Amino acid sequence: MQRHEQVYSSKKTSAYDVEQVRTDFPILQREINGRPLVYLDNAATSQKPIQVIQALDQFYNHYNANVYRGVYRISEEATVAYEEARRKIAHLINAKDPSEIVFVRGTTEAINLAAHSWGRSNIGLGDSIMLTEMEHHSNIVPWQQLARENGASLKFVGISDDGRLIRDDFRQNIEAGNVKLFAATHVSNVLGTINPIRELAREAHKHGCKVLVDGAQSVPHMPIDVQDLDCDFLAFSGHKMCGPTGIGVLYGKRELLQQMEPYQTGGEMIREVHLYESTFKDSPFKFEAGTTDIAGAIGLGAATDYLSKLGLRNVRDHDKEITKYALDALGRVKGLKIFGPPDPETRGGVVSFNLADVHAHDMASMLDEDGIAVRSGHHCAQPLMERLGVSATTRASVYLYNTEEEIDRLVESVERAGRVFKI
Amino acid sequence: MSSVYSEIILDYYRHPRNKGTLDHPQISAKDSNPLCGDIIEMQLELDKNNSVKDVKFNGQGCAISQASASMLTELVKGKRLDDVRNISKEEILSLIGGQLSAVRLKCALLSLKVLKTGVYTYLGSTNNSKDELSEP
Repeated sequence: MQRHEQVYSSKKTSAYDVEQVRTDFPILQREINGRPLVYLDNAATSQKPIQVIQALDQFYNHYNANVYRGVYRISEEATVAYEEARRKIAHLINAKDPSEIVFVRGTTEAINLAAHSWGRSNIGLGDSIMLTEMEHHSNIVPWQQLARENGASLKFVGISDDGRLIRDDFRQNIEAGNVKLFAATHVSNVLGTINPIRELAREAHKHGCKVLVDGAQSVPHMPIDVQDLDCDFLAFSGHKMCGPTGIGVLYGKRELLQQMEPYQTGGEMIREVHLYESTFKDSPFKFEAGTTDIAGAIGLGAATDYLSKLGLRNVRDHDKEITKYALDALGRVKGLKIFGPPDPETRGGVVSFNLADVHAHDMASMLDEDGIAVRSGHHCAQPLMERLGVSATTRASVYLYNTEEEIDRLVESVERAGRVFKI
Repeated sequence: MSSVYSEIILDYYRHPRNKGTLDHPQISAKDSNPLCGDIIEMQLELDKNNSVKDVKFNGQGCAISQASASMLTELVKGKRLDDVRNISKEEILSLIGGQLSAVRLKCALLSLKVLKTGVYTYLGSTNNSKDELSEP
């Protein structure tokens, strides 16, 4: 514990008090195998602060009701809280209007919605969809399906050995013409690379190409301004940004959402239903068929409050600081290879690595023995794994509550694995 | 909690016994674990009494999958096919020792699954399969 204090008093750089922040997250009190849990799988899902847990509790205990339908008090309270959450999220990403925020289950559903409702009517025979080699499966498979159905083709922007997009690929693809959509991740969930979306979007738009951004790894970790990025769509998940599972967002520019056909149809998204035809509500409501995840949206609203209070700029600075520390410390481990850009300025808080020939799952199991939670495997990015020439990596991903002391424990444990495997 | 990464497991991983392929195996089966990317192939050569004359495994993946496959080859060598058929999960797990999470159990038991697939396929395709399978 003495060491911990030393680390903190000498190296503390965050704009907020990390020890104070940690007390907001009840799960961080847990011990695994007699040691405090070190949670470093934040790219998979983040932990939840008590404020979010209480918001869910409050909803279910005090004003649980369906939204819009009821004329009674608690239904109105639920509706207000649900729409308030939409407004908070719009504010968080600087959308022009809350109606540009569509509640969905998560990033995957957001991308599927865009592919279904926008893609089907705007991407046809002979058109192209441009992706990158570092996409998560959720930003590959929906486009493969669409391309197959509509006779479109897929084009890819390759990556350099240090995990950056090859700009020449982008230029060649876009100049070849007929590229209707560029769908790319903002921050790679494997390499941590932050892609220059703003510049790429500007270039894409010059060629009449729309831009969808997978913000699953960026929205929780840094200030995002959709008007500045000028992306047409932004998809992200609530559960990676301190919110509950089952809720996420598709942001879309208003004029695009208005033109789009519904995704799912049925209750609550309609204006009028007759026996043989129906008319639909305006966006975002026409995309929110049936009873949505009301509690989830309210929980995400509370998570948004939490992040706004800390400040996303501060969260980004903290992430960057811890990532830099991790890159340095892991970089000193003999036989350890780190994937992705070496400069913490151009990467998010994701550090993928392999130690010599130790399989990623063996590494993750050994770290688990020491109470450290990391991810191992292909991270739902098999094409990227092929590009990197590995079957799997171990991934440590940090968030606003992680400390340098936790990185020290990670490194100690990685070194122990090295000794056991006689590296 | 005892670590599954014992000296024994590491020794089998670094120096696998019976790794390779056979020239004329009567039994050959292969499978993979999509989660981990573990791949295991098992080959058996039988003598005229349906006992395991020789056995080899081949594959790649994590230490647990590869070490347990190697241990399994030693266990089945010389055994009658009937006994091979009845090898239990528990036998494999006690050979490995240590605690395994549910996810890692799949790594540990992949080779046994492959072996049994091979044995059952063989028994099903041979003439005496009826007798073999009707035994309790």
